[in-house]
Amino acid sequence: MIAADMAVQRPPDAKLLVVDAYRHIGHAPRSAFVEFLRHGDLVIANDAATLPAGLQSVHAPTGAPIEVRLAGRPSLRPEDINCFSAVVFGEGDFHTRTEDRPAPPPLAAGDRLILGPLRASVERLLCHPRLVSLLFDGTPDEVWAGLARHGRPIQYAHVPAPLALWDVWTRIAGPPVAFEPPSAGFALDWRALAAMRERGAEFAGVTHAVGISSTGDEELDRLLPFDEPYCIPLATARAIRRTRARGGRVVAVGTSVVRALEHAAAGDGHVRAGEGLATQHIGAGVRLRVVDAILSGTHELGTSHYELLRAFLDDATLQRTSAELDARGYRTHEFGDSVLIERAQRQGGLKSELTNNALEV
Amino acid sequence: MTFPSDTTLHDSTESRRETETLDPIKGTRVAITGGTSGLGLALVRELLRWRARVAFVARTREHVERVVREQRGAHGIVGDVSSKDDIYPIAMQVVGELGGLDVLINNASDLGPVPLQMLSDTECEDLERAFRTNVTGPFRLTKALMGALAASAREGRGSVVLNITSDAAINPYPGWGAYGASKAALHQLSRIWGEEHAADGIHFLSLDPGDMDTPMHAAAVPDADPTTLKRPETSARELADAIAHALPRRGASGVPLTIVSELEGVTR
Repeated sequence: MIAADMAVQRPPDAKLLVVDAYRHIGHAPRSAFVEFLRHGDLVIANDAATLPAGLQSVHAPTGAPIEVRLAGRPSLRPEDINCFSAVVFGEGDFHTRTEDRPAPPPLAAGDRLILGPLRASVERLLCHPRLVSLLFDGTPDEVWAGLARHGRPIQYAHVPAPLALWDVWTRIAGPPVAFEPPSAGFALDWRALAAMRERGAEFAGVTHAVGISSTGDEELDRLLPFDEPYCIPLATARAIRRTRARGGRVVAVGTSVVRALEHAAAGDGHVRAGEGLATQHIGAGVRLRVVDAILSGTHELGTSHYELLRAFLDDATLQRTSAELDARGYRTHEFGDSVLIERAQRQGGLKSELTNNALEV
Repeated sequence: MTFPSDTTLHDSTESRRETETLDPIKGTRVAITGGTSGLGLALVRELLRWRARVAFVARTREHVERVVREQRGAHGIVGDVSSKDDIYPIAMQVVGELGGLDVLINNASDLGPVPLQMLSDTECEDLERAFRTNVTGPFRLTKALMGALAASAREGRGSVVLNITSDAAINPYPGWGAYGASKAALHQLSRIWGEEHAADGIHFLSLDPGDMDTPMHAAAVPDADPTTLKRPETSARELADAIAHALPRRGASGVPLTIVSELEGVTR
């Protein structure tokens, strides 16, 4: 696939590949996304706004320039803003491909970092020499102000122009808790939400602190996605229940929504309202209990996003999908085209479970 | 001086207000621009008094720090709504520090040329500055915060954008051209937003606080007799009333009553 290299959230020619519940593949303009919804469906998007989580910094013990990329937080509470996990790079910025970035000087617990107007200490190393736990000095408001002024959105070499916050905040962006944009939501605007309403589809939100998508280090990348805190509003949990009761479909906008909803339903299959920490990895063989369909970006084999799609589709259909994306010039990465995938019919799933049980007997 | 606005200001008694009217304000997350003087500062004080959670924005760091010292619990944000590059950092701090946003008050205003000038004597730069502060700034900030406001509405907390306007938006007062024309534009933005986002549950109010004894009025009419002017505290109370009427009622815990009843109805 071709990398989308312009920071345009809704290019007029954006494409949508659709896989229906019978594994038929079709193509449409992405602006027609709403037309694939039915009366009674529920669309759930991640309303997290994106933090400017890339911080040009100095490693005080050596004076070496480094880049700190904030990557995780234990909770979403506004006052819990002093402590982060972070990936540290050596000198340079997004113009260099992540995998070619130099390593930072050796980091140790207690090292002081100067991050523009902010100061922080390395609390400890987290299972990798470039993954650290950071503790910022100052009051929560001082940390928010420092991040707002000094931070830049995390970005990668495929987009050459520096990103501004308005490039990475979706139209529905609320709490600034994501480390990279929940980019499936770039497809939505207020007009699309109004169109959903007109079709009799509901819209709801979850807030999920999307972590970073790539560290440039194979060992670290294998750990992705890191644990991600999320919050499911009561109104959303109730909307899911209503949708189930009337036989509508739950359509997740983005992999983060799938991760949050499926984690929140891990107990008895009912989505619980409130905060949680998504720790699970979703992939082939994981039975989805809440989400019926996903609107997502186009993802390449080997990424955790691609793995997640394997919970929706068998490998043969997924390979056909990838071949179609390549053949038809779909664009990839956060500003690229989209896929809408409905998982195979419930009855089908039930049947195969019955078959498995029968085999065991 | 008042003009027919989208919501009339309510003149309620103190006791009714204590027990009922301003209940919806408690626990509400409010952002106020221009919060270190005049009406904006009066709004910060009034809303804190009703136990709202308040973030305010102003340009001058020393003034912001002074108000934060004086008004315990208020979140002070340094930023200039007329500057494009300040809008997202402001929005991020507002929603980050409050954990969401229920009410946005676009109060920061620019008078245009001081002393006031006839429109044909107004420098283009003065007109542009008035429009940047009074129209483009509120447009940008409201747009950046629309996602947070819509989330509050979906979650049953209610959602209000209050744009502070003026009767000069309607009446052609000589000398008030830059201010009046820009406030007319803000008033119309409010009305159109109100239509477009009614289904999202976001209420837009465009209200005239009256002629108040504030630094801005003193700049516009230096020889006005302050005793003939409204106190900004009075206007702030009336505006708080108008916001309360646009929000769902809340129980003693500060949680909207609709959510309380839903919580009680959930059995697990």
